[in-house]
Order: sequence, then C-alpha cells, then structure tokens
Amino acid sequence: MKKFTTTLVALLIMGSTSSFADGHKVKVGMITTLSGGGSGLGIDVRDGFMLAVKGNKNISVITKDDQRKPDIAVQLADKMIQSDKVDVLTGIIWSNLAMAVVPATVNQGKFYLSPNAGPSKLAGKGCHKNYFNVAWQNDNLHEAAGGYANSAGFKNSFILAPNYPAGKDALTGYKRYFKGSLAGEIYTKLGQKDYAAEIAQIRASGADSVFFFLPGGMGIGFMKQFSQSGIKLPVVGPAFSFDQGILKAVGDAALGVKNTSQWSKDIDNNANKKFVKDFQSEYGRLPSLYASQGYDTGKLLISAMSKAKVKDKDKFRDALRKADFSSTRGKFSFDKNHHPIQDIYVREVIKEGKILTNKIVSVGLKDHSNAYVSECKM
Amino acid sequence: MIIEKTFNKWILVFLFLIPVLGFIFEEPYYITLTTKVVILGIAGIGLNLALGYCGLISFGHAAFFGLGGYVTGILSFHALNSELMFSWPFVSSGSSDMLVIWPIVILSSAFLALIIGLLSLRTTGVYFIMITLAFAQMLYFFAISWPNYGGEDGLSIYMRNSLPMINTMDPLNFYFICLCWLLTVIFISAKLINSSFGMAFQAIKQNEERVKSVGIETFKVKLLVFVISGTITGLAGSLYTDLNRFISPSVLNWQMSGEIMVFVILGGIARLYGPLVGAAFFIVLEQTLGSYTENWQFWLGLILILEILYVRTGILSLFEKKLKYEK
Amino acid sequence: MTSILFFEQLLNGIQFGTMLFLMSAGLTLIFGVMGLINLAHGSFYMIGAFSAALIASLTGSFWLALLASLSGAAIAGVLIEIIIIRRLYRRDHLDQVLATFALILLLSEGVRWYFGAFPLYLDIPENLNGTLPILDDIIYSKYRLFIIFMGLLIAVGLYILISKTRLGVRIRAGQNDRQMISALGIDISKLYTIVFALGASLAGLAGAMIGAIQSVEVGMGEPILILAFVVIVIGGIGSIKGALIGSILVGVTDTIGRIFLPELLKIFMESASATSVGSSIGSMLIYILMALILIIKPSGLFGKT
Repeated sequence: MKKFTTTLVALLIMGSTSSFADGHKVKVGMITTLSGGGSGLGIDVRDGFMLAVKGNKNISVITKDDQRKPDIAVQLADKMIQSDKVDVLTGIIWSNLAMAVVPATVNQGKFYLSPNAGPSKLAGKGCHKNYFNVAWQNDNLHEAAGGYANSAGFKNSFILAPNYPAGKDALTGYKRYFKGSLAGEIYTKLGQKDYAAEIAQIRASGADSVFFFLPGGMGIGFMKQFSQSGIKLPVVGPAFSFDQGILKAVGDAALGVKNTSQWSKDIDNNANKKFVKDFQSEYGRLPSLYASQGYDTGKLLISAMSKAKVKDKDKFRDALRKADFSSTRGKFSFDKNHHPIQDIYVREVIKEGKILTNKIVSVGLKDHSNAYVSECKM
Repeated sequence: MIIEKTFNKWILVFLFLIPVLGFIFEEPYYITLTTKVVILGIAGIGLNLALGYCGLISFGHAAFFGLGGYVTGILSFHALNSELMFSWPFVSSGSSDMLVIWPIVILSSAFLALIIGLLSLRTTGVYFIMITLAFAQMLYFFAISWPNYGGEDGLSIYMRNSLPMINTMDPLNFYFICLCWLLTVIFISAKLINSSFGMAFQAIKQNEERVKSVGIETFKVKLLVFVISGTITGLAGSLYTDLNRFISPSVLNWQMSGEIMVFVILGGIARLYGPLVGAAFFIVLEQTLGSYTENWQFWLGLILILEILYVRTGILSLFEKKLKYEK
Repeated sequence: MTSILFFEQLLNGIQFGTMLFLMSAGLTLIFGVMGLINLAHGSFYMIGAFSAALIASLTGSFWLALLASLSGAAIAGVLIEIIIIRRLYRRDHLDQVLATFALILLLSEGVRWYFGAFPLYLDIPENLNGTLPILDDIIYSKYRLFIIFMGLLIAVGLYILISKTRLGVRIRAGQNDRQMISALGIDISKLYTIVFALGASLAGLAGAMIGAIQSVEVGMGEPILILAFVVIVIGGIGSIKGALIGSILVGVTDTIGRIFLPELLKIFMESASATSVGSSIGSMLIYILMALILIIKPSGLFGKT
C-alpha cells in the first residue's frame, strides 16, 4: 500500500514541471506511433522533425507513443494540452487517429501541424484555422496516380484498396483523375496480407493496368505475390508501398514500378540535398517520405517562430500560412484550407548498387491542390 | 499488515483523494487518467461477475463496451448535427443528454447480451471463450466497414454529453460522475453476490451439475448473470466515449476484450475490487514504463509474467494471505 | 464468374487452409495434451519468420532459411516451456491466458527491439517462382502448390507420428489421462517439452513459408493466432483431424466468400454498394461460420463432449 502511494505521488510530482516559457519559446507535443505495427512511420516522422529542430533552443518537444490506438491518442492530447501546456501539437500518422485528436485540439486554440494524415473531412467542411497539413490531402497521391494512368495510356484499370475510409478515399481519388474504364474494383479486408484470390480476379478481368493502395505490410504481400503470379500488367500506386523503409522488404518485386509521391530523394534543391545528407549522417539510413514530412513540419514551425510569438495566435497563424521556409519538395505553399499546393511526382523503383530506391521520372500533377477547398468555409 | 477489506476502503479514500492531489499539483491529466482507471474498472467489474463469480469466461466483452460506446456516440452525433436518426416507430434525432443516453445504453447492451448469451451459453469451456470472441469480431468488422458513422475513422462528438446543472467538460466533474457510477456498480454487485441468486451463480462455477440437481435452472441463471455483466460493461463503454469525446472500432477489437480480461485476472478473479486494482496497476505501469523507454511493452510483459508466476492469483490475494496469518 | 476462376479460388482457399493447419495442429496438440491455452502461439510464427529472414540474408538460401525457422522456433519453444510455461500447466486457464498474453508483449517487443521497426526481406526461391499449368486452362502459382504439398506432407507425418510411434502413444495417453501417464513412469515433463517444441516449430515453419510471400514484421502472428483458434474450435479441441478439416473449411469459406459474395450481391443491388456490403459480410464470414457450427455442435465437429 505504502509503495503504491509513493509511486503515485512520485508520478504526480514527476509530471508537474511547469513551464516558464517566455514569448519566443514554443512547446511542441508530438503524438506518434512508436511501438507495435506501423511504428516505422512514426519513428521516421519523429526523426525527421527532430533533425529539423536540432539545436534550436527555443523549441522543446515532448514525444509520446500512441500505440496506433485512437483512444490513447486522445488521452495523450488531453495530457499535453492540460498538463504540459503545449502550444503546438503534431506527429499523428493515421487518419483515424487524426480525426480523433485534431478537432478537439484546434477548438481549444492550439495549433496542429499534420506531418502525415490528411483526411478529407479536415480539408473540407471540418477545416479549421489552426489546422495546417504539411504533408498532403489523403486523395492527392492517388489523384496523381490517376493522372499518370491517363498519360501512360491505360484504358482499363483494376483498382483495389482496403475496406476502410482511407481506402475509399484512395479509389475515389484515382477515379477522379483516371479517364479510362474500370475492369474491377475491390475492397479487401483491412490487415489482409494474402491476395491470391484478388490476383486471380485481376488475371481474369482483362485489365490493362492495376492501381492499388495497400499501406504497410498489406502492400508488401501484394507486390510479392503479384510479381510471383506472372501477370505482366503495369502497376501504379501511391508512394506508401514503395517508401524507403518498406522497399527492402518488398525486394526486387518492386523494381520498375511507378509510384506517386510529393517527395523523392533526388528532388534537386539545396534544402533537400542538405536534408538527405544530414539525415543519413544523423541516423545512418536513407530518409523516407515520412521523414521528409516530419522535417518540413519542423522547418515550417521554425519559420513561423522567427516572425511571430506563438502566444500571439493571429500573427503566428499568419506566419504559418505564409509557409516561408525552404521545403525539401521545392515549391510549397498553402491553399485556402491550409493544405499544400505542391507538385506530385511520378517515381520509379530502381536499384542503386544493392539498395532499392526511387527516382523521379516525371511530374504527375503540377501545383496540385485538393478537391475540398471550396467546401472549406474559412 | 492489512486485510483485503481495509485495503478496499483505502482504495475508495484514494479515489476521492487523487483529484485533490491533481488539483494541488496542477496536473489535471492525472484526473483524466484516474477517470480512465475508474471506467475500465467498471468494465472489468462487469466482466468479473460473469467470469470471476460464475465461471463464464467471455472473450467478447469488447462487444458490449463498444456497443455502449457506439450508442452514445451515435445518439450524440445526431443531436449535434440535428439530423434525423430514424422516423419509425417514432421520430428521433438523437440526444446529448446523459440522462436519456444511459437508459438507452443499458437497454441495448442488455439486449445484445441476451442474444449473445442465448446463442453462446450452450457451449462451455474454451468453446464458450471462442464463440463470445466470434460475436465481438463480427461487430468489429461490421463497425470498420459501415460507412455511416465513420468506419475505421471513428466518430468524434467534440463535446461531452450533458447533465442538468453540471458542466461535464470539466475533468473533475466528469470524474465524479464516473466515480458515482463506480460506487453504484460496486454496490449492486455486492448486493447481487450476497443474494440467494448470487449463491446460485457462484455455486454454478463450482459444480453446475449439483446446482441443477437441486432443481435450479442453471441456464437461466447463467443467462441473467451474462446479461447483467454485459450491461455493466456497456455502461462503461458509454462513459469511455464521453471521456474521449470519440468512439472508434478499436474498442471492439479482440485486444480490448483481452485487456478487460487482463484487468480482472491481474487484480484477482472473483474479488469485488479486483478489476479496479488490476486496471490501476496496468495503467500506472504503462504510464511509468512508457515515460522511460520506447520498449515499454517488453518490460510490461516481463512484469506481468513475474506477477503471474510469483504472486499467483491476482494482486489482491497478497492481502488475503496476510489475513490467514493473522488468524 | 467462370468455373476456371472458381477452381483457382478453391485452390487458394485450400492453400490458405493448409497454412492454417500448420498453426492449428500445434495449438490443438498443446491444448489436448497439456491443457494449456497458448495465446503466444502466434509469436512462434513470428519467430520462425524472423529466423528464416535472418538466415536467408546471411546465406541466401531459402531451404536453409526454412530449416532455421523450424529450429529457431523449436529452440525458442523449448526455452520458453522450461522457463515459464512449465509452471502454468496446473494453473487455472485464466492464469495461462494472462501469462501467454504477457509473453506476446514480451516477445513482440523483444523482436522489434533487436530487428528494428521495419519489415524484413524474405523471398521465395527462384525455382518456385512463377506458375505451373495444371489441367487445361488453369495456371497456378508454383509456390502455393508447394505450400499445399508441405501442408499435406506434415498432416501425413503427424498422422504417422501419433498413430504409429511410441511418442504418439504417449501423446494419446496424455490426452486421455494425465495422471495415468505419469503413474506409468513416463517422464511427463520431457513429453510436454517435446510436444510444445513440436507445436512451436510447426508454427515457425508456417511463419517462414507465409512470410516469404507476405511480409516478415512484428505483429504478424496475432491475426493468424485468432484464426487458428477459430479453426481448432470448429474442428473440436485436441483433434488433429478436426484441425485439418477446420482449417480447410475456414480457408475455403474465407476465400470463396470474400470474392463471390460481392458478385452475388450485385444481382440484388447496385455495384458500388454490393462491393462494400459484400466485403463487410465477407470479413465476418468465418466468425459467422464458427458461431453457427458451435450453436449446432457445442463442442466442435470432432470434439469430445
């Protein structure tokens, strides 16, 4: 009993370091996935962000693991806002967690900078002046894939995605730009990793191309099985199944596959070169697009801090809106609903020595915004 | 040397004290955290009635927790958007009043438990464990792919549901609401366990055949216990939605069933305060370990294994042994 | 829907089923002989896959990797049995649930700690890549045929082991009467260790074979664990025959259901919602199947009542 009491009291005291922030300091709360499945993405975002703010004495960051559970994420957000008195929240990877955390956060007057998730609800009707998306609106990469499919001359696509909101957004995004017809449209079970049945359907469908959105382990399984099936159709998908962390696990099955991304290691600008070099020397691995998004989020924050104090919300918001930082993606600005206007590239998976990576082959959509701007009353 | 009953009293004192401490140290988060412990404790107490006292090992209580959560979320969602929910047999556009929501949650959880119980109680042992899991998994996959209320993205209700005269958004107020429910649930459970009905369902755990032979219809007894158990857990689900102002299919997942079960076993099976102690232990451990290392799950696993190997039947049994020595 | 496609999907279902069989055979044996509910069985699936990926990256040989998966999972099984599991046999089922649940946390996070958060690479051997024509128009993946073959081979092996060997006699005796077998002077703790290691190595082999076409990552074992439990409950706990039939039943139902249900629904409703509703019901189908079977036969298809 006594021990129990002391532990709890110790806990209470431990957390009670109050902040003596002067106007130039910013306290950042980072909620991201650091344990269990999908933690690779969270670790990359965190590492990218920390690299960007490294050495900046005015920024303090509290990082917490959300375990990919929305209820935990909500509780962490409550903690950071109530107890740690953070000014800015960031870090969430998954759309469902973002939907759980973001609305409450921005309504309480805190800023939220999204380094990854961009659900359509937060871009359209649910947009908010304190919410900034530094990555993309969820549909963007899929739209670019649709655009690429047109330019590659695909006429009859087979499309598939998991049966959950982001999956539906993905297929909608592709269809919004793709002008051909559909040979088939399948929603797979979330978390499913065996696609023998779906691949058989693709074989039987008479499609001339395949578009898929299967993030994480789902995509690894699909690519390997598709390449083993001997079907020689061209495949296109968003970068999530071809990012640096995952490519190694997919192996040569990914070689030559076209994928769409707002970032690539070989985008030719100084900010990006510096980022790729610094990231490698700091962490000893190649950066992924998630790392670049975390990095840009950090740089955006620093740019706003140099213009305004965070306590002066209106000025700080204006400073964020200007997006006056050198993005690793080159040109970057915010549209009216605080989502990026940026180029989306088409990349191809190649081998550099023994390492699989991506190179840009063309620009899929130039200065691309999103379909929800008009719905946003802001 | 304290015995279990005294320890239980200390727990209650503690539950009243923690918010005060949180207030003094200006750490409102600890109120939120304790609220979570209380809510999950209620869910565990519900499960404990079936699992601990009647031997009905349900691996599907997430179904009730999630249903309670979703009923709350959906009612409040419609009230928030003043959207029509259904127009038959009467017109309803939801509600954001806890006094309206709670009875609906209780009725719907009881109904679900009745259906699942009727179908599952024909089986025993591991088969019962798995059939209850099956029903929860059905609801889970349904919730994920059902688009109307957010699917996997879940449903945000932004504001806690309201009670007359009380500002529920204040963490302390909401904590006391949950605490009232906890006390009510403990009170009801205690009465139940000591009633003749309680004797019957505890006897069933020991030897069902013998109970049958004295002319008690054990199926009905088990069904009733299961319904009460599911209802209490459903209520906890409702409070959990209000705590987070958010509900998603993740609370319907089998891991949620597993977690509630872990609280019960950890605290001590068939001990009234067991699930509460289990939940508190688990959450405090999760928080402390999590602040030291990214690999906290490794250490959590290790501690749990040591607990099960050396403390044996739950934390509260520590205090029971002392009682025996004292005699 | 052509009959060719149907036949191919049937093969897919059987392949999925044979893989489930490798998982559930061990699980059902461990439960039958020792009375242990082992939630950590999925962890051996993961350990097998990671051992295989490690050896494959060192040696480049898929066959050595398969061997590594068997032995890696078996060694882990022996260690864990001796250090932890052994103390749980006489305990309540609930203590076993908690302890093996804790083992999942420990092993998953331990593996992630050592190997990092990103999935590992493991590929099938070159000579099993591609497809094979079977019957007239049907072509099918060589590797998947290999999985079916391995599954059947192991089913036959287990049958011989249990019905024809001395170890098998002891296992059967253990299933029937635990006190008796130790009274007969058989070293029961050694028998238990062997059975546990056998179950673990089968799970490890399944992990490696499936890891090669899916992904080798932390947390890969739990979804399959739940399915394996579904299988042994449908088949009747403790029955290897039940596990085999349950596996095929679950594999085929899941595969056929998720493909043909949306097609079936398209007859009644418009395409988009048929796809959506069909996939939803498709993902619930095996649980519906399990519930139905248990309602009709409360102790599974081949379980002892």
